[in-house]
Amino acid sequence: MADTYYNPKDLRKFGKITEWSEELGTKFFDYYGKVFEEGALSAREKSLIALAVSHVVKCPYCIDAYTKDGLQKGVTKEEMMEAVHVGAAIESGATLVHGVQMMNKYDKLSM
Amino acid sequence: MATKSLKAKGNELAQSNRQLDILNGGVFADGELPYFKDKINEIGHFPLRPKKLEILQINVGYMCNQVCEHCHVDAGPDRKEIMTRETMQQCLAVIKNTGAHTLDLTGGAPEMNPDFEWFVEEAAKAGIKDFIVRSNLTIIRANKKYYHLPDFFKKHNVHVISSMPHYTRGKTDKQRGDGVFDKSIKALQELNARGYGMPGSDLRLDLVYNPSGAYLPGDQMAMEKDFKKALDEDFGIQFHNLFAITNLPIARFLDYLIASENYEDYMYALVEAYNPSAVANVMCTNTISISWDGWLYDCDFNQMLDLKVASKVKHIKDYNEDLLNDRNIIISQHCYGCTAGAGSSCQGTVA
Ligand code: SF4
Ligand code: SF4
Repeated sequence: MADTYYNPKDLRKFGKITEWSEELGTKFFDYYGKVFEEGALSAREKSLIALAVSHVVKCPYCIDAYTKDGLQKGVTKEEMMEAVHVGAAIESGATLVHGVQMMNKYDKLSM
Repeated sequence: MATKSLKAKGNELAQSNRQLDILNGGVFADGELPYFKDKINEIGHFPLRPKKLEILQINVGYMCNQVCEHCHVDAGPDRKEIMTRETMQQCLAVIKNTGAHTLDLTGGAPEMNPDFEWFVEEAAKAGIKDFIVRSNLTIIRANKKYYHLPDFFKKHNVHVISSMPHYTRGKTDKQRGDGVFDKSIKALQELNARGYGMPGSDLRLDLVYNPSGAYLPGDQMAMEKDFKKALDEDFGIQFHNLFAITNLPIARFLDYLIASENYEDYMYALVEAYNPSAVANVMCTNTISISWDGWLYDCDFNQMLDLKVASKVKHIKDYNEDLLNDRNIIISQHCYGCTAGAGSSCQGTVA
Protein backbone atom coordinates (compact mmCIF):
# COMPACT_ATOMS: atom_id res chain seq x y z
CA MET A 1 0.00 0.00 0.00
CA ALA A 2 1.21 3.51 -0.73
CA ASP A 3 2.31 5.53 2.28
CA THR A 4 -0.51 7.71 3.53
CA TYR A 5 -1.12 9.59 6.74
CA TYR A 6 -4.17 7.45 7.49
CA ASN A 7 -4.28 3.67 7.44
CA PRO A 8 -7.71 2.09 8.10
CA LYS A 9 -5.99 -0.82 9.87
CA ASP A 10 -4.63 1.60 12.51
CA LEU A 11 -8.12 1.86 13.96
CA ARG A 12 -7.73 -1.71 15.23
CA LYS A 13 -4.65 -0.56 17.17
CA PHE A 14 -6.40 2.29 18.98
CA GLY A 15 -6.49 0.28 22.22
CA LYS A 16 -2.68 0.14 22.17
CA ILE A 17 -2.54 3.85 23.03
CA THR A 18 -2.44 2.72 26.67
CA GLU A 19 0.92 1.00 26.11
CA TRP A 20 2.90 4.22 26.24
CA SER A 21 0.94 5.71 29.09
CA GLU A 22 -1.05 3.14 30.96
CA GLU A 23 -2.58 5.54 33.46
CA LEU A 24 -3.76 8.27 31.12
CA GLY A 25 -4.82 5.82 28.42
CA THR A 26 -6.87 3.78 30.86
CA LYS A 27 -8.46 6.90 32.30
CA PHE A 28 -9.41 7.97 28.81
CA PHE A 29 -10.97 4.62 27.89
CA ASP A 30 -12.85 4.42 31.18
CA TYR A 31 -14.25 7.87 30.58
CA TYR A 32 -14.99 7.10 26.94
CA GLY A 33 -16.79 3.88 27.81
CA LYS A 34 -18.87 5.62 30.46
CA VAL A 35 -19.87 8.43 28.11
CA PHE A 36 -21.38 6.00 25.62
CA GLU A 37 -23.41 4.00 28.12
CA GLU A 38 -27.19 4.24 28.03
CA GLY A 39 -28.08 7.27 30.16
CA ALA A 40 -30.47 10.20 29.90
CA LEU A 41 -29.69 9.82 26.19
CA SER A 42 -30.01 6.40 24.60
CA ALA A 43 -26.91 4.66 23.27
CA ARG A 44 -28.48 5.07 19.82
CA GLU A 45 -28.81 8.86 20.20
CA LYS A 46 -25.22 9.08 21.43
CA SER A 47 -24.04 7.11 18.43
CA LEU A 48 -25.69 9.62 16.08
CA ILE A 49 -24.16 12.56 17.96
CA ALA A 50 -20.76 10.86 17.72
CA LEU A 51 -21.24 10.37 13.99
CA ALA A 52 -22.06 14.06 13.48
CA VAL A 53 -19.10 15.17 15.59
CA SER A 54 -16.79 12.75 13.74
CA HIS A 55 -17.56 14.66 10.59
CA VAL A 56 -17.09 18.05 12.19
CA VAL A 57 -13.70 17.09 13.62
CA LYS A 58 -13.02 15.30 10.32
CA CYS A 59 -11.68 12.10 11.83
CA PRO A 60 -11.77 9.25 9.30
CA TYR A 61 -11.30 6.66 12.05
CA CYS A 62 -14.31 7.96 13.96
CA ILE A 63 -16.40 8.16 10.79
CA ASP A 64 -15.70 4.46 10.09
CA ALA A 65 -16.28 3.50 13.69
CA TYR A 66 -19.56 5.35 14.14
CA THR A 67 -20.99 4.37 10.78
CA LYS A 68 -20.48 0.78 11.84
CA ASP A 69 -21.73 1.47 15.36
CA GLY A 70 -24.89 3.05 13.91
CA LEU A 71 -25.48 0.02 11.68
CA GLN A 72 -25.08 -2.22 14.72
CA LYS A 73 -27.68 -0.19 16.54
CA GLY A 74 -30.16 -0.36 13.66
CA VAL A 75 -29.73 3.29 12.66
CA THR A 76 -30.87 3.91 9.08
CA LYS A 77 -28.84 5.68 6.42
CA GLU A 78 -31.41 8.49 6.33
CA GLU A 79 -30.86 9.10 10.05
CA MET A 80 -27.10 9.00 9.56
CA MET A 81 -27.16 11.54 6.75
CA GLU A 82 -29.44 13.86 8.71
CA ALA A 83 -26.98 13.71 11.60
CA VAL A 84 -24.14 14.66 9.25
CA HIS A 85 -26.19 17.62 8.02
CA VAL A 86 -26.77 18.74 11.59
CA GLY A 87 -23.01 18.69 12.10
CA ALA A 88 -22.44 20.50 8.82
CA ALA A 89 -25.09 23.12 9.60
CA ILE A 90 -23.57 23.88 13.00
CA GLU A 91 -20.12 23.95 11.50
CA SER A 92 -21.07 26.34 8.69
CA GLY A 93 -23.21 28.38 11.08
CA ALA A 94 -20.22 28.67 13.36
CA THR A 95 -18.14 29.96 10.47
CA LEU A 96 -20.83 32.30 9.31
CA VAL A 97 -21.63 33.75 12.72
CA HIS A 98 -18.04 34.99 12.87
CA GLY A 99 -19.09 37.16 9.95
CA VAL A 100 -20.63 39.38 12.60
CA GLN A 101 -17.17 39.93 14.05
CA MET A 102 -15.94 40.79 10.59
CA MET A 103 -18.81 43.20 10.09
CA ASN A 104 -18.16 44.82 13.49
CA LYS A 105 -14.50 45.21 12.75
CA TYR A 106 -15.19 46.54 9.28
CA ASP A 107 -17.61 49.09 10.63
CA LYS A 108 -15.23 50.13 13.39
CA LEU A 109 -12.38 50.66 11.01
CA SER A 110 -14.43 52.43 8.39
CA MET A 111 -15.26 56.13 8.39
CA MET B 1 -29.54 -9.32 -3.90
CA ALA B 2 -28.50 -12.87 -4.66
CA THR B 3 -30.65 -14.70 -7.22
CA LYS B 4 -29.07 -18.15 -7.16
CA SER B 5 -27.38 -20.33 -4.59
CA LEU B 6 -23.59 -20.61 -4.61
CA LYS B 7 -24.14 -24.25 -5.50
CA ALA B 8 -26.13 -23.41 -8.64
CA LYS B 9 -23.53 -20.83 -9.63
CA GLY B 10 -20.75 -23.38 -9.26
CA ASN B 11 -19.04 -21.02 -6.79
CA GLU B 12 -16.09 -22.72 -5.09
CA LEU B 13 -17.42 -21.63 -1.70
CA ALA B 14 -20.28 -24.09 -2.17
CA GLN B 15 -17.66 -26.66 -1.17
CA SER B 16 -17.28 -27.01 2.56
CA ASN B 17 -13.57 -27.85 2.46
CA ARG B 18 -12.86 -24.62 0.58
CA GLN B 19 -14.69 -22.68 3.30
CA LEU B 20 -12.77 -24.48 6.03
CA ASP B 21 -9.47 -23.69 4.28
CA ILE B 22 -10.36 -20.01 4.47
CA LEU B 23 -11.52 -20.20 8.08
CA ASN B 24 -8.36 -22.00 9.17
CA GLY B 25 -5.93 -20.06 6.98
CA GLY B 26 -5.18 -16.38 6.40
CA VAL B 27 -5.08 -14.17 9.48
CA PHE B 28 -5.35 -17.25 11.72
CA ALA B 29 -2.61 -19.32 10.12
CA ASP B 30 -0.19 -16.41 10.11
CA GLY B 31 -0.76 -15.79 13.80
CA GLU B 32 -2.40 -12.36 13.53
CA LEU B 33 -5.51 -13.72 15.22
CA PRO B 34 -5.72 -16.61 17.70
CA TYR B 35 -7.45 -19.87 16.81
CA PHE B 36 -10.78 -20.40 18.57
CA LYS B 37 -9.42 -23.60 20.03
CA ASP B 38 -6.60 -21.74 21.79
CA LYS B 39 -8.96 -19.07 23.00
CA ILE B 40 -11.32 -21.51 24.73
CA ASN B 41 -8.40 -23.56 25.99
CA GLU B 42 -7.37 -20.50 28.04
CA ILE B 43 -10.55 -20.85 30.07
CA GLY B 44 -10.52 -24.63 30.29
CA HIS B 45 -13.28 -25.24 27.75
CA PHE B 46 -11.26 -27.21 25.23
CA PRO B 47 -12.39 -29.68 24.12
CA LEU B 48 -15.87 -28.25 24.11
CA ARG B 49 -18.28 -30.79 25.58
CA PRO B 50 -22.05 -31.11 25.40
CA LYS B 51 -24.34 -30.74 28.41
CA LYS B 52 -27.78 -32.32 28.70
CA LEU B 53 -29.50 -32.53 25.32
CA GLU B 54 -32.46 -30.16 25.21
CA ILE B 55 -33.04 -29.27 21.58
CA LEU B 56 -33.35 -31.38 18.47
CA GLN B 57 -32.96 -29.16 15.46
CA ILE B 58 -34.09 -30.76 12.24
CA ASN B 59 -33.27 -29.20 8.90
CA VAL B 60 -36.00 -30.53 6.61
CA GLY B 61 -34.42 -29.18 3.42
CA TYR B 62 -32.45 -26.45 1.73
CA MET B 63 -35.24 -25.41 -0.61
CA CYS B 64 -36.40 -21.84 -0.03
CA ASN B 65 -38.57 -19.24 -1.75
CA GLN B 66 -35.92 -16.61 -0.99
CA VAL B 67 -32.23 -16.27 -1.76
CA CYS B 68 -31.04 -14.01 1.04
CA GLU B 69 -27.63 -12.45 0.68
CA HIS B 70 -26.40 -13.62 4.09
CA CYS B 71 -27.81 -17.18 4.07
CA HIS B 72 -25.40 -19.61 5.76
CA VAL B 73 -27.44 -22.52 4.38
CA ASP B 74 -26.99 -21.33 0.77
CA ALA B 75 -30.70 -22.06 0.43
CA GLY B 76 -32.89 -21.08 -2.50
CA PRO B 77 -35.49 -22.20 -5.03
CA ASP B 78 -32.78 -24.06 -6.93
CA ARG B 79 -31.83 -26.27 -3.96
CA LYS B 80 -33.52 -29.65 -4.23
CA GLU B 81 -32.24 -31.35 -1.05
CA ILE B 82 -35.27 -32.13 1.11
CA MET B 83 -35.93 -34.65 3.85
CA THR B 84 -37.86 -37.71 2.74
CA ARG B 85 -40.72 -39.25 4.70
CA GLU B 86 -38.49 -42.20 5.48
CA THR B 87 -35.90 -40.00 7.22
CA MET B 88 -38.75 -38.15 8.95
CA GLN B 89 -39.93 -41.48 10.30
CA GLN B 90 -36.45 -42.14 11.69
CA CYS B 91 -36.60 -38.68 13.32
CA LEU B 92 -40.03 -39.42 14.78
CA ALA B 93 -38.74 -42.59 16.40
CA VAL B 94 -36.02 -40.51 18.04
CA ILE B 95 -38.42 -37.73 19.05
CA LYS B 96 -40.53 -40.27 20.93
CA ASN B 97 -37.58 -41.52 22.95
CA THR B 98 -35.42 -38.48 23.49
CA GLY B 99 -35.00 -36.44 26.63
CA ALA B 100 -34.98 -33.29 24.52
CA HIS B 101 -37.94 -31.00 25.21
CA THR B 102 -37.66 -28.72 22.20
CA LEU B 103 -38.06 -29.59 18.55
CA ASP B 104 -36.79 -26.92 16.19
CA LEU B 105 -37.69 -27.28 12.51
CA THR B 106 -35.61 -25.28 10.10
CA GLY B 107 -34.54 -25.12 6.45
CA GLY B 108 -34.52 -23.41 3.84
CA ALA B 109 -38.19 -22.74 4.17
CA PRO B 110 -39.30 -25.84 6.12
CA GLU B 111 -42.87 -25.33 4.91
CA MET B 112 -41.79 -26.10 1.34
CA ASN B 113 -41.09 -29.73 2.15
CA PRO B 114 -44.20 -31.54 0.81
CA ASP B 115 -44.29 -33.71 3.95
CA PHE B 116 -43.92 -30.77 6.31
CA GLU B 117 -47.49 -30.77 7.61
CA TRP B 118 -47.56 -34.53 7.98
CA PHE B 119 -44.35 -34.36 9.96
CA VAL B 120 -45.59 -31.58 12.23
CA GLU B 121 -48.78 -33.52 12.92
CA GLU B 122 -46.91 -36.70 13.76
CA ALA B 123 -44.28 -34.90 15.85
CA ALA B 124 -46.98 -32.97 17.74
CA LYS B 125 -48.39 -36.27 18.97
CA ALA B 126 -45.02 -37.10 20.55
CA GLY B 127 -45.50 -34.59 23.36
CA ILE B 128 -42.64 -32.18 22.71
CA LYS B 129 -42.89 -29.15 25.04
CA ASP B 130 -41.72 -26.39 22.74
CA PHE B 131 -42.34 -27.01 19.09
CA ILE B 132 -40.59 -24.41 16.95
CA VAL B 133 -40.90 -23.68 13.25
CA ARG B 134 -38.44 -21.22 11.76
CA SER B 135 -40.50 -19.44 9.18
CA ASN B 136 -39.19 -16.79 6.85
CA LEU B 137 -42.70 -15.21 6.91
CA THR B 138 -42.95 -14.55 3.18
CA ILE B 139 -43.66 -18.22 2.54
CA ILE B 140 -47.01 -17.72 4.25
CA ARG B 141 -47.90 -15.19 1.54
CA ALA B 142 -45.90 -16.74 -1.32
CA ASN B 143 -48.65 -18.88 -2.74
CA LYS B 144 -52.32 -19.64 -1.98
CA LYS B 145 -51.38 -23.17 -0.97
CA TYR B 146 -49.59 -21.71 2.07
CA TYR B 147 -52.29 -19.23 3.17
CA HIS B 148 -53.69 -21.66 5.73
CA LEU B 149 -50.34 -22.04 7.53
CA PRO B 150 -51.16 -19.60 10.38
CA ASP B 151 -54.27 -21.68 11.19
CA PHE B 152 -52.24 -24.86 10.91
CA PHE B 153 -49.59 -23.48 13.27
CA LYS B 154 -52.27 -22.43 15.73
CA LYS B 155 -53.90 -25.85 15.68
CA HIS B 156 -50.67 -27.48 16.82
CA ASN B 157 -49.61 -24.63 19.08
CA VAL B 158 -46.40 -24.26 17.09
CA HIS B 159 -43.98 -21.62 18.33
CA VAL B 160 -43.24 -19.46 15.29
CA ILE B 161 -39.80 -17.85 15.07
CA SER B 162 -39.53 -15.55 12.10
CA SER B 163 -36.71 -13.70 10.52
CA MET B 164 -37.15 -9.96 10.14
CA PRO B 165 -34.05 -8.04 9.08
CA HIS B 166 -35.33 -4.58 9.95
CA TYR B 167 -38.44 -2.57 10.67
CA THR B 168 -37.88 -0.46 7.59
CA ARG B 169 -38.68 -1.53 4.04
CA GLY B 170 -35.38 -0.41 2.51
CA LYS B 171 -33.08 -2.46 4.70
CA THR B 172 -35.26 -5.56 4.63
CA ASP B 173 -35.68 -5.64 0.86
CA LYS B 174 -32.00 -5.04 0.26
CA GLN B 175 -31.02 -8.14 2.23
CA ARG B 176 -33.90 -10.43 1.32
CA GLY B 177 -35.29 -9.24 -2.00
CA ASP B 178 -37.82 -6.76 -3.36
CA GLY B 179 -41.26 -7.01 -1.83
CA VAL B 180 -40.07 -9.12 1.12
CA PHE B 181 -40.87 -6.39 3.63
CA ASP B 182 -44.50 -5.92 2.57
CA LYS B 183 -45.11 -9.67 2.45
CA SER B 184 -43.51 -10.13 5.87
CA ILE B 185 -45.70 -7.39 7.35
CA LYS B 186 -48.80 -9.03 5.87
CA ALA B 187 -47.74 -12.41 7.26
CA LEU B 188 -47.16 -10.92 10.72
CA GLN B 189 -50.62 -9.36 10.60
CA GLU B 190 -52.11 -12.73 9.67
CA LEU B 191 -50.34 -14.33 12.64
CA ASN B 192 -51.45 -11.53 14.97
CA ALA B 193 -55.04 -12.00 13.78
CA ARG B 194 -54.85 -15.65 15.01
CA GLY B 195 -53.62 -14.43 18.40
CA TYR B 196 -49.93 -15.06 17.68
CA GLY B 197 -47.55 -12.69 19.42
CA MET B 198 -50.25 -10.83 21.32
CA PRO B 199 -49.38 -9.80 24.89
CA GLY B 200 -50.25 -12.66 27.24
CA SER B 201 -51.00 -15.07 24.37
CA ASP B 202 -49.71 -18.64 24.52
CA LEU B 203 -49.24 -18.58 20.77
CA ARG B 204 -45.61 -17.57 20.70
CA LEU B 205 -44.27 -15.38 17.94
CA ASP B 206 -40.64 -14.32 18.19
CA LEU B 207 -38.61 -12.44 15.63
CA VAL B 208 -35.03 -13.01 14.63
CA TYR B 209 -32.87 -10.07 13.69
CA ASN B 210 -29.49 -10.45 12.07
CA PRO B 211 -27.39 -7.62 10.66
CA SER B 212 -27.65 -6.92 6.94
CA GLY B 213 -23.94 -6.57 6.40
CA ALA B 214 -20.46 -6.95 7.80
CA TYR B 215 -21.14 -5.83 11.35
CA LEU B 216 -22.29 -7.35 14.61
CA PRO B 217 -25.79 -7.01 16.02
CA GLY B 218 -26.35 -4.34 18.65
CA ASP B 219 -27.80 -4.90 22.09
CA GLN B 220 -30.72 -7.34 21.84
CA MET B 221 -32.91 -5.51 24.39
CA ALA B 222 -32.42 -2.14 22.74
CA MET B 223 -33.14 -3.62 19.29
CA GLU B 224 -36.28 -5.30 20.60
CA LYS B 225 -37.51 -1.99 21.99
CA ASP B 226 -36.92 -0.25 18.64
CA PHE B 227 -38.57 -3.07 16.65
CA LYS B 228 -41.59 -3.18 18.95
CA LYS B 229 -42.13 0.55 18.83
CA ALA B 230 -41.74 0.85 15.06
CA LEU B 231 -43.79 -2.22 14.10
CA ASP B 232 -46.58 -1.25 16.48
CA GLU B 233 -46.70 2.40 15.45
CA ASP B 234 -46.45 1.78 11.72
CA PHE B 235 -48.43 -1.44 11.33
CA GLY B 236 -50.06 -2.32 14.66
CA ILE B 237 -47.94 -5.49 14.82
CA GLN B 238 -47.19 -7.28 18.10
CA PHE B 239 -44.64 -9.96 18.85
CA HIS B 240 -43.05 -11.49 21.94
CA ASN B 241 -39.25 -11.41 21.78
CA LEU B 242 -36.55 -10.37 19.39
CA PHE B 243 -33.51 -12.63 19.07
CA ALA B 244 -30.40 -10.87 17.80
CA ILE B 245 -28.17 -13.27 15.91
CA THR B 246 -24.63 -12.73 14.66
CA ASN B 247 -23.99 -13.74 11.05
CA LEU B 248 -21.46 -16.55 10.91
CA PRO B 249 -18.84 -16.50 8.16
CA ILE B 250 -20.25 -19.46 6.25
CA ALA B 251 -21.55 -19.99 2.70
CA ARG B 252 -23.17 -16.89 1.16
CA PHE B 253 -22.21 -14.62 4.03
CA LEU B 254 -18.60 -15.75 3.73
CA ASP B 255 -18.77 -15.17 -0.01
CA TYR B 256 -20.14 -11.67 0.59
CA LEU B 257 -17.44 -10.90 3.18
CA ILE B 258 -14.69 -11.90 0.80
CA ALA B 259 -16.18 -10.22 -2.27
CA SER B 260 -16.74 -6.95 -0.38
CA GLU B 261 -13.24 -7.13 1.16
CA ASN B 262 -14.70 -7.21 4.65
CA TYR B 263 -13.56 -10.70 5.63
CA GLU B 264 -10.49 -9.73 7.64
CA ASP B 265 -12.14 -6.82 9.41
CA TYR B 266 -15.13 -8.99 10.26
CA MET B 267 -12.95 -11.72 11.76
CA TYR B 268 -11.07 -9.05 13.74
CA ALA B 269 -14.41 -7.71 14.99
CA LEU B 270 -15.56 -11.20 16.01
CA VAL B 271 -12.31 -12.00 17.81
CA GLU B 272 -12.23 -8.61 19.50
CA ALA B 273 -15.80 -9.12 20.72
CA TYR B 274 -14.98 -12.63 22.01
CA ASN B 275 -16.73 -13.05 25.32
CA PRO B 276 -15.43 -15.94 27.45
CA SER B 277 -18.63 -16.06 29.48
CA ALA B 278 -20.61 -16.94 26.33
CA VAL B 279 -18.61 -20.11 25.72
CA ALA B 280 -20.37 -22.28 28.30
CA ASN B 281 -23.75 -21.64 26.69
CA VAL B 282 -23.11 -21.87 22.96
CA MET B 283 -26.00 -23.73 21.40
CA CYS B 284 -24.07 -26.83 20.40
CA THR B 285 -23.83 -27.66 24.11
CA ASN B 286 -27.53 -28.52 24.34
CA THR B 287 -28.51 -29.13 20.71
CA ILE B 288 -28.16 -31.78 18.04
CA SER B 289 -28.68 -30.77 14.44
CA ILE B 290 -30.04 -33.27 11.91
CA SER B 291 -29.63 -32.68 8.21
CA TRP B 292 -32.18 -33.40 5.46
CA ASP B 293 -30.44 -36.71 4.79
CA GLY B 294 -30.32 -37.76 8.43
CA TRP B 295 -26.71 -37.00 9.39
CA LEU B 296 -25.97 -35.62 12.82
CA TYR B 297 -24.09 -32.39 13.52
CA ASP B 298 -23.23 -30.26 16.54
CA CYS B 299 -25.15 -27.34 15.05
CA ASP B 300 -26.67 -26.03 11.83
CA PHE B 301 -23.42 -24.19 11.04
CA ASN B 302 -21.30 -27.32 11.33
CA GLN B 303 -23.90 -28.99 9.11
CA MET B 304 -23.23 -26.46 6.37
CA LEU B 305 -19.48 -27.03 6.73
CA ASP B 306 -20.11 -30.78 6.61
CA LEU B 307 -18.47 -31.32 10.00
CA LYS B 308 -20.37 -34.36 11.26
CA VAL B 309 -20.44 -35.18 14.98
CA ALA B 310 -17.31 -36.78 16.37
CA SER B 311 -19.12 -39.86 17.63
CA LYS B 312 -19.64 -43.47 16.70
CA VAL B 313 -23.23 -42.45 16.09
CA LYS B 314 -23.31 -40.27 13.02
CA HIS B 315 -26.75 -40.92 11.56
CA ILE B 316 -30.28 -40.61 12.90
CA LYS B 317 -30.96 -44.27 12.13
CA ASP B 318 -28.29 -45.27 14.70
CA TYR B 319 -29.28 -42.64 17.23
CA ASN B 320 -28.13 -43.24 20.79
CA GLU B 321 -28.35 -40.28 23.14
CA ASP B 322 -25.86 -41.52 25.74
CA LEU B 323 -23.22 -42.29 23.16
CA LEU B 324 -23.80 -38.97 21.45
CA ASN B 325 -23.57 -36.98 24.66
CA ASP B 326 -20.13 -38.42 25.20
CA ARG B 327 -18.45 -36.56 22.38
CA ASN B 328 -16.22 -33.57 21.71
CA ILE B 329 -17.86 -30.75 19.79
CA ILE B 330 -16.13 -29.87 16.55
CA ILE B 331 -15.07 -26.24 16.35
CA SER B 332 -13.40 -23.88 13.95
CA GLN B 333 -13.00 -20.13 13.60
CA HIS B 334 -16.67 -19.63 12.64
CA CYS B 335 -17.40 -20.41 16.32
CA TYR B 336 -16.21 -16.90 17.20
CA GLY B 337 -19.60 -15.82 15.85
CA CYS B 338 -21.36 -17.65 18.69
CA THR B 339 -19.18 -16.07 21.39
CA ALA B 340 -19.01 -12.47 20.17
CA GLY B 341 -20.47 -9.84 22.47
CA ALA B 342 -23.47 -11.18 24.31
CA GLY B 343 -23.10 -14.43 22.38
CA SER B 344 -25.38 -15.68 19.66
CA SER B 345 -27.51 -18.74 19.16
CA CYS B 346 -30.75 -19.66 17.44
CA GLN B 347 -32.44 -18.42 20.64
CA GLY B 348 -30.63 -15.07 20.62
CA THR B 349 -27.99 -13.95 23.09
CA VAL B 350 -26.56 -16.42 25.60
CA ALA B 351 -24.39 -14.39 27.98
S1 SF4 C 1 -31.83 -16.95 5.19
FE1 SF4 C 1 -33.66 -18.19 5.46
S2 SF4 C 1 -35.18 -17.24 4.13
FE2 SF4 C 1 -33.20 -16.51 3.46
S3 SF4 C 1 -32.54 -17.91 1.84
FE3 SF4 C 1 -31.69 -18.67 3.77
S4 SF4 C 1 -33.17 -20.14 4.50
FE4 SF4 C 1 -34.21 -18.88 2.97
S1 SF4 D 1 -20.70 -22.65 15.39
FE1 SF4 D 1 -21.69 -24.49 16.13
S2 SF4 D 1 -20.02 -25.66 17.02
FE2 SF4 D 1 -19.29 -23.58 16.85
S3 SF4 D 1 -19.77 -22.65 18.83
FE3 SF4 D 1 -21.44 -22.19 17.43
S4 SF4 D 1 -22.92 -23.78 17.83
FE4 SF4 D 1 -20.97 -24.50 18.65
